[in-house]
Amino acid sequence: MSDMKDQVVQATVRALERAETSLPDWVLEAIRQAAKRESNALARQHLQFMLENVKIAGQSSLPLCQDTGLAIFHVKMSRDLCLDFSLYEAIAEGVRIATEKIPLRPNAVHPLTRKNSGDNTGPGMPDVILDYVDGCGLSITAFPKGAGSENMSLVGMLNPADDPFDFIVKTVAERAANACPPLFLGIGLGGSFDLAARLAKRALLNMPGSSQEEMRLLERINSLGIGPMGLGGDITALGVKIETALCHTASLPVAINFQCWANRSATEVVQ
Amino acid sequence: MTTYYLQTPLSGKDVEKLVAGDVVFLSGLLFTARDKAHALIHRAGSPISLEGAALYHCGPIIQDSRVLSAGPTTSGRMARYTEQILEQGVRAIIGKGGLPGEPFRNRAVYLAYPGGCGAAAARQLSARAVHLPELGMAESLWVFEAKEFGPMIVAIDSQGKDLYQEVRRSAQMRI
Repeated sequence: MSDMKDQVVQATVRALERAETSLPDWVLEAIRQAAKRESNALARQHLQFMLENVKIAGQSSLPLCQDTGLAIFHVKMSRDLCLDFSLYEAIAEGVRIATEKIPLRPNAVHPLTRKNSGDNTGPGMPDVILDYVDGCGLSITAFPKGAGSENMSLVGMLNPADDPFDFIVKTVAERAANACPPLFLGIGLGGSFDLAARLAKRALLNMPGSSQEEMRLLERINSLGIGPMGLGGDITALGVKIETALCHTASLPVAINFQCWANRSATEVVQ
Repeated sequence: MTTYYLQTPLSGKDVEKLVAGDVVFLSGLLFTARDKAHALIHRAGSPISLEGAALYHCGPIIQDSRVLSAGPTTSGRMARYTEQILEQGVRAIIGKGGLPGEPFRNRAVYLAYPGGCGAAAARQLSARAVHLPELGMAESLWVFEAKEFGPMIVAIDSQGKDLYQEVRRSAQMRI
């Protein structure tokens, strides 16, 4: 195995280990702040238990959630970098090693036969989102995605006369309880049917947003009173990020990618 | 809001005193089942007695019989089996996100365990047996021994009060 390939494999394993057993500092801080602001006692108890759970996972190096997700990665790679191996295969190898080592729950099954591949890899998995960037080396962000929140996600092909924010608030009101709130919401606005969904996923990778529209949407969602785990409370969402693209003059695609409170990700850099 | 420490198997008396909003810690045996195990129980019957049982909607991570991470999964996917499973004597369904409330009336409760808290849950559980291992780690029917498993919120009680439904209705009014 080339040195560089081995580095990519090992970086993938390390990124998954950190992503599965800890949360990014900004996510933890958002939950801590929510626990301070929340006025509902049961909801506060839930938020504190979530923080306690992250602590236990970190101390014991165990997955904080048993749904260790689908293996999704965001790779940023120098446009000058030339690899003599398959980047995709190296990341897949890292996923197989991590599945045994951490361990991860084998989650990847065939959509019809429901047969489990056993190691979280197979056709289409891992899912690698690749961007070419200036600079040198490459960075690998593990973004494992659980099904509870992913199952609630939705693409709406709206009429340009519709209000996309009303659609988003209505969808969150109906679906939030199953997605392990307080939520992070990735919104894809515009593009085409599939581009809207890709924008929504990218929005989750670029969290959190702070534009006027994003803050207004966050406020509307938190005024619903759904609260942690859908049992009532002030904090329904911890962050909203909107990514936009031009769309056809006759279209208004809106994608909502739900993310649970355990907004897991970790980045490793290979030089 | 009252906090209860209960022991399985659960009696009718155990569940009838629970009111939506109460907090429960459960000790004793409980068993897991999710999508595939429910479909199999529906077709071929349960491999274990469900009388007074606590059913946990969970697909755990287990290594060498050690429970490593075992939080709740979304109960809604198993909604179509609720009536049948409660008919067999299950007194408590544990999960997240809720179920239709009507089948619980006068016989059972729905307990919400904080979602995503697999590492904390695993510390309260030990694996005692496994049934239907051919379904794989996440889908097998695991028998766990629980030690003060919680905190769980009584989200649907046996008198027909359903916290999720109340929260959803109130959210609809605020859109």
